[in-house]
Amino acid sequence: MKAGIESQKLDLTKLDKILSKYKGQAGVLISVLQEVQAEFGWVPREAIKGIADALEVSLGQVYGVLTFYAQFYLTPRGRNTIRVCRGTACHVRGTNANLRAVERILVVKEGETTSDFKFSLETVACLGTCFLAPVMMVNRNYYGKLTPGKVETILKQYD
Amino acid sequence: MGKIRTADELNSLRQSIMEKIDPNKTCVRICMTGCRAYGAEEIRDAFNEEIRRRGLEDKVEVRETGCHGFCARAPVIVIDPQDIFYQQMTADDVADIVDKTLVKGDIVDRLVYVDPASGEKIPFAHDVPFYKGQTKNVLRKCGIIDPTNISHYIARDGYAALSKVLTTMTPEQVIETVEHSGLRGRGGAGFPTGRKWGLVRSAPGDTKYLVCNGDEGDPGAFMDRAVLEGDPHSVLEGMLIAAYAIGVKVGYIYVRAEYPIAVEHLKIAISQAEELGFLGENILGSELSLEIRVKEGAGAFVCGEETALLMSIEGKRGMPRPRPPFPAQSGLWSKPTNINNVETYANITSIILNGADWYSRVGTETSKGTKIFSLAGKINNTGLVEVPIGIPMRKVIFDIGGGIPDGRKFKAVQMGGPSGGCVPERHLDLPIDYGSLDAIGSIMGSGGMIVTDENTCMVDMARYFLSFTQSESCGKCTPCRLGTKVMLDTLTRITQGEGSEKDIELLESLGKQVRDTSLCGLGRTCPNPVLTTIRYFRDEYEAHIKEKRCPAVVCDALCSYYILPDKCQGCLICLRACPSQAVKGGKRMVHIIDQSKCIKCGICLSVCPARFSAVVKVSGEHVSTPEEPISVSAVMKGGSA
Repeated sequence: MKAGIESQKLDLTKLDKILSKYKGQAGVLISVLQEVQAEFGWVPREAIKGIADALEVSLGQVYGVLTFYAQFYLTPRGRNTIRVCRGTACHVRGTNANLRAVERILVVKEGETTSDFKFSLETVACLGTCFLAPVMMVNRNYYGKLTPGKVETILKQYD
Repeated sequence: MGKIRTADELNSLRQSIMEKIDPNKTCVRICMTGCRAYGAEEIRDAFNEEIRRRGLEDKVEVRETGCHGFCARAPVIVIDPQDIFYQQMTADDVADIVDKTLVKGDIVDRLVYVDPASGEKIPFAHDVPFYKGQTKNVLRKCGIIDPTNISHYIARDGYAALSKVLTTMTPEQVIETVEHSGLRGRGGAGFPTGRKWGLVRSAPGDTKYLVCNGDEGDPGAFMDRAVLEGDPHSVLEGMLIAAYAIGVKVGYIYVRAEYPIAVEHLKIAISQAEELGFLGENILGSELSLEIRVKEGAGAFVCGEETALLMSIEGKRGMPRPRPPFPAQSGLWSKPTNINNVETYANITSIILNGADWYSRVGTETSKGTKIFSLAGKINNTGLVEVPIGIPMRKVIFDIGGGIPDGRKFKAVQMGGPSGGCVPERHLDLPIDYGSLDAIGSIMGSGGMIVTDENTCMVDMARYFLSFTQSESCGKCTPCRLGTKVMLDTLTRITQGEGSEKDIELLESLGKQVRDTSLCGLGRTCPNPVLTTIRYFRDEYEAHIKEKRCPAVVCDALCSYYILPDKCQGCLICLRACPSQAVKGGKRMVHIIDQSKCIKCGICLSVCPARFSAVVKVSGEHVSTPEEPISVSAVMKGGSA
């Protein structure tokens, strides 16, 4: 799988298709980056130049927006995304211990992807499901009222 | 349905919808927003399947609604017309509900809400104290209608307020009515809405914009999410009325990307409204034209600040700029722009339909109407509540919120998220309004109420909020960029037992400087959690600094884990789970934690069976344990010693 991601060549026709929709419009940079990311799973280096040219903005401006917003990824993502909620309700109910458990088991820090591309670990400011606190999401599944002791069993279910 | 061109056509459409509604028809209302996380989709599928199997399709409607508010009891359903309330159910309960309640009209006892205070079973939603204590205005349709079906909205006076302003009111009268109602911005700052509309209307220029701020970034606040998911048309209609009053042709709704259901429901609502002609050109045959575009945020808390939000809509880094000029003079693409919060727009229809005097009957002298609060943290009834402004905080937390779980003691409530301050027990009888919260160092904010109990460390809480604002600071102005960093480092030092006595004064003086000199609301409010926790819980700071002790037993560096020899059964569970091999012991041998190896991850505490409860976390005290594992039977059980 790792080799698969690395050798995957960027299909630039997909990029051109997105860019042709937005060409010449003002104020669409974020929307373009969102669509590019939805298509590729991240914003590849090769795409940035094309985006800057099509929207007539500088490379620096594109890079500035990419690094300002938490939503954008500049590296390939794992097959599964873990989101540990760090909202206030989760904090007072002990989400930190859960986050540390995930980090220890997967040997990654928040914001990183495991070397086998199985998991990407993120933290989010609030998932808006405070009644499940402390909560963690893996892909679209919620794991509420979580304790560090349950983390390993949950992660084992994913491939 | 074709386009509606006049107010009369709207009335007759409403009538024809109403005629088809049988008020006595059984309807199962399932929360399909927040409750999804607890399996609401499986419950819906089970209902549809069971109803089809029994051939009840014509007799029963299964309706997917927005949030019912009582999230602590998720998943919840309500069965009309009796208003039967079932909670914490699963798909396995569905066959029983169909058989007993839908067919025979009986109550399924085990799914009924039991009032923890009285032990009384309460089968009907309107009798449940959590609902009974509320005054629903903005949320009046949320949880009742299917938000993806515009007919449901129209049947409940939907777009009647729009029709009323277009046919009977001038733009000036609309502004006057909103101003007279006393409505103030629900995003936190509390600026009078009518006055803001007037400023944008009178600003020079032909092109003006309307913006709805749905970038609900405060961790622990989810009221805008509930409104957008559960009643999106009420926001669109509020924006339409604002567009008419101000003279605007294009509006934007900026929604957090983390709210996919809200985005989905909004987009559905917009396309339905366009189809019927409530959005587009010459709405209801009038001069009003409005196009509404949805912009998804990209994960930056500072974009909740209005000037940063405008930058983000323009596709740039969301960095605030100094005001003046205010957006009302120079906003989106330098044009006059009206920005209101989701909840503010959702208040408008009720003001227009019922009048300003009706609206201002509820509230205090200076703050009118109702406000939605999200209750979370150490509280029994986590969820959304709508109450009159001016109600005492104690009433919200204890009467509606059901108090603190497990008989623990209330410590403080954090109002307004990272921008707000904590409110201790002695101020709980103060009315919730903009002014009285300001006076005690807190804010009304967007409406997040995070309740803490005796097991919450206030220093850790302040550190938590600072770590959030520090990482979300955009870095443009020095006080915020560096001030948050220094405050965070100082707080971290204190929670690690390395604080010095000067740190409290440093935090106070730095906090005031950051508050007074930062560029935008993020920096100006982020010291609030620090300043209020020092003000009300100085003793906790001092315990960390002078005694190297965390009174709430939270801060890991100041805590230790022990296994109580008289409770340990030698079951090996914690020994096997410990990731650092710090637990010594054997089968039926009392386990011991080697403090030099312990990484304080808390796993032993979380896996120790509740019937043993042998693992304890302590701060500033020593628990005596044997040096080496000894036989369980050798320890006298029951703790008579």
